[in-house]
Amino acid sequence: MTFPEPKSSDAGAFRAARQSAMGLLARAEPDELDAILATLAPVPAATDLRTPEVGLVMLRGRTGGDGAPFNLGEASLARAAIRLEGGATGFAYRLGRDAQSARRAAIVDALWQDEGRRPAVEAALAPVRTRLALRRAGVEAETAATKVDFFTLVRGED
Amino acid sequence: MYVAAKGGEKAIRNAHELLARRRRGDRTLPAVTLEQIASQLTLAVDRVMAEGSLYDTALAALAIKQARGDLIEAIFLIRAFRTTLPRFGSARPLDTGAMLVRRRVSATFKDLPGGQLLGPTFDYTHRLLDTSLAEADAGGAEEGAPPPVAEPAPPMPRVTDLIGAEGLIEPSPRDDGAEPFDITRAPVSYPVDRATRLQTLARGDEGYLLALGYSTQRGYARSHPFVGEIRFGEVEVVLDIPELGFEVSIGEVEVTECQMVNQFKGSAQVPPQFTRGYGLVFGQCERKAMSMALVERALRWQELGEEPGAPAQDEEFVLSHCDNVQATGFVEHLKLPHYVDFQAELDLVRRMRAEIAAERKEAAE
Repeated sequence: MTFPEPKSSDAGAFRAARQSAMGLLARAEPDELDAILATLAPVPAATDLRTPEVGLVMLRGRTGGDGAPFNLGEASLARAAIRLEGGATGFAYRLGRDAQSARRAAIVDALWQDEGRRPAVEAALAPVRTRLALRRAGVEAETAATKVDFFTLVRGED
Repeated sequence: MYVAAKGGEKAIRNAHELLARRRRGDRTLPAVTLEQIASQLTLAVDRVMAEGSLYDTALAALAIKQARGDLIEAIFLIRAFRTTLPRFGSARPLDTGAMLVRRRVSATFKDLPGGQLLGPTFDYTHRLLDTSLAEADAGGAEEGAPPPVAEPAPPMPRVTDLIGAEGLIEPSPRDDGAEPFDITRAPVSYPVDRATRLQTLARGDEGYLLALGYSTQRGYARSHPFVGEIRFGEVEVVLDIPELGFEVSIGEVEVTECQMVNQFKGSAQVPPQFTRGYGLVFGQCERKAMSMALVERALRWQELGEEPGAPAQDEEFVLSHCDNVQATGFVEHLKLPHYVDFQAELDLVRRMRAEIAAERKEAAE
């Protein structure tokens, strides 16, 4: 996926921007989450609305790629929900089993909702956005290098 | 009479300790790490995730290490682990059309939008052992920067969408919004729908599906297949978050998709069209995705008005034997103690022999 930077501030755009931030937080490495929280310090105390936990999510495919859905198999999933002292609630869902990273991602999600802090949170997320974009470009480049260029041999019949 | 026998605790404990030592191997060598398995034995990891029906590379690597490289044992470990976790929900169906493609080939169209991308494939290798890999850290795979590509990858529509635009291929079954059947939550009773078949095949044993798919090519349920397209790459996982009332992208998984294009079906209402078989598997498992698509197509004989009779068309037989965890459990249980069962059989055979001997003696007199 791509992670567009937030542009305007109406309700739809707010939601899209939060989805984009949560998508980045789902993909941030543990040390990146550490760095984000360090940049945003001091962070209010957080209480767990839901103890960080690990479970499964059923992944589905579509018959023929675009038809009726079927159950493909499960993936591990970590999730957390927190409330910041005197502030917003934050949620996080991340593929994998890193429940503590989910909790830290939920804290960042809560901070993001504070309009005053949002620019700083977005700035702290920027390195993750950049890393993912570079990685994607790298995959596209190495794959494009294996693209077949066909050439047709002209038969000398006429 | 039922006689319970007990014993062997010490032998079992010692056997497990011996197993742990054999697993570790030569202690003068470093132990293999999960990171090494996950990054260098990726196709083994992919197979364990696919047939274990749980996408988690680190867990699959652990299972492979614990199972000493026995992939069916590793798959068993993964299946057992998944039963310990709650399920938080179901993601939206993966959109393979929006895949970050790492490989994509079509055997039906040379020039297709987005092109043929070979990616990391064994195809066209010479299958000669590369002795340079015997060196500790060699192999000619230097970390080189790929040539930078200025523009992002072009859109890559599925080949079936291209043929479908002309109406030359049957459309996919429509999504009517119904929840697909889940074989992990409810007992299966035959006949089953296509979604149930696909779920069962997606976690089925690669070797078994390969043999059945091969059989369809050799004339048992011939369906004249072409690989419309194989694509492998990353797809986004999107989950509706009930607390928030909107969906969030929670990460990526790698999948292999195979669109098999098969010979025609037509009717009074519909002019002849290509038919299709579908394969979708976790990870880079191309052989499995292709086999799955062949078998999935063969299982549709009734719907397509074809003659039955081939092994790959027998739905109950195919689906109820494709799970290697079930299969290995039942086959391997034979080596566990059956002393009482066998004692009964011994008594029976002795009695039969005694009866026959007595009859013969009687006849001779």
